[in-house]
Amino acid sequence: MNDNPVLTESTYYILLSLYTPQHGYGIMQRAEALSGGRVRLAAGTLYGALTSLCDKGWIEPLPVADSRKKEYRLTETGLAVLKNELNRLRQLVANGETVLKEETI
Amino acid sequence: MKEEKVIHKCFWVWQFEKEERWLNTMAQSGWVLTKVGFCTYHFAPCQPGEYTVRLEMHAQDRDYLSFMEDIGAEYVGRMAQWVYFRRKAELGQFDLFSDLDSKIGHLRKIGRTLAIIGGANLLIGLTNSFNASHLGWINLLCATLLMYALGRIHGKMESLETDRLLLEN
Repeated sequence: MNDNPVLTESTYYILLSLYTPQHGYGIMQRAEALSGGRVRLAAGTLYGALTSLCDKGWIEPLPVADSRKKEYRLTETGLAVLKNELNRLRQLVANGETVLKEETI
Repeated sequence: MKEEKVIHKCFWVWQFEKEERWLNTMAQSGWVLTKVGFCTYHFAPCQPGEYTVRLEMHAQDRDYLSFMEDIGAEYVGRMAQWVYFRRKAELGQFDLFSDLDSKIGHLRKIGRTLAIIGGANLLIGLTNSFNASHLGWINLLCATLLMYALGRIHGKMESLETDRLLLEN
């Protein structure tokens, strides 16, 4: 795998939402709240992403009793990926601001 | 007696979005999907706009069904590889795919299934034709239709892939 992965917006918000453990519906609500209602993770998209992120080891399911909703949490690797992405985004913003400094945004 | 409405209607595989739109038009007019069969749809009365109905191609997957249940969606039924869900509209917008990657992934899954069934029909059709069986043409006809369907699905996929080169959703 690439050492500096570039995350999709869905992946970024899922990882961010899992900074504290959440179940599926919780992730959807957190992502929507964090983005001011802009990011709405759809059910199939989220489920597919959760499966792949578990396979990558960036998140993990919490051991729970059968009756409870399945919860996930961010792993150490996942946190490192997220920090790396945050640095990339900072650079993205800084570059945009440097080039467009004459413009009112 | 419980009121029920049964409608027989057929959609080609590449018309799954049209099928979904129709099911939601039914829900808007007060009839929600309760059961699916081959070209058969069962409906029960509901408040107009009470439900959102979604469908997708998905293999048997208990984990997925319990995940959907966790987010408040009800599993309506399954017809071959297609699963149908509904959710109360009051719980918010209900969609299955929110970014281009997952939409493309879904179309790829449909395409793969069509290619496998189409390939099998082609093989059976050819074998039967060489064995001078009279029924080989049926499989060859099916294979042709499935390949046409595959072409339609690929067309949809390509237009999304062009967008994906520049965009995420």
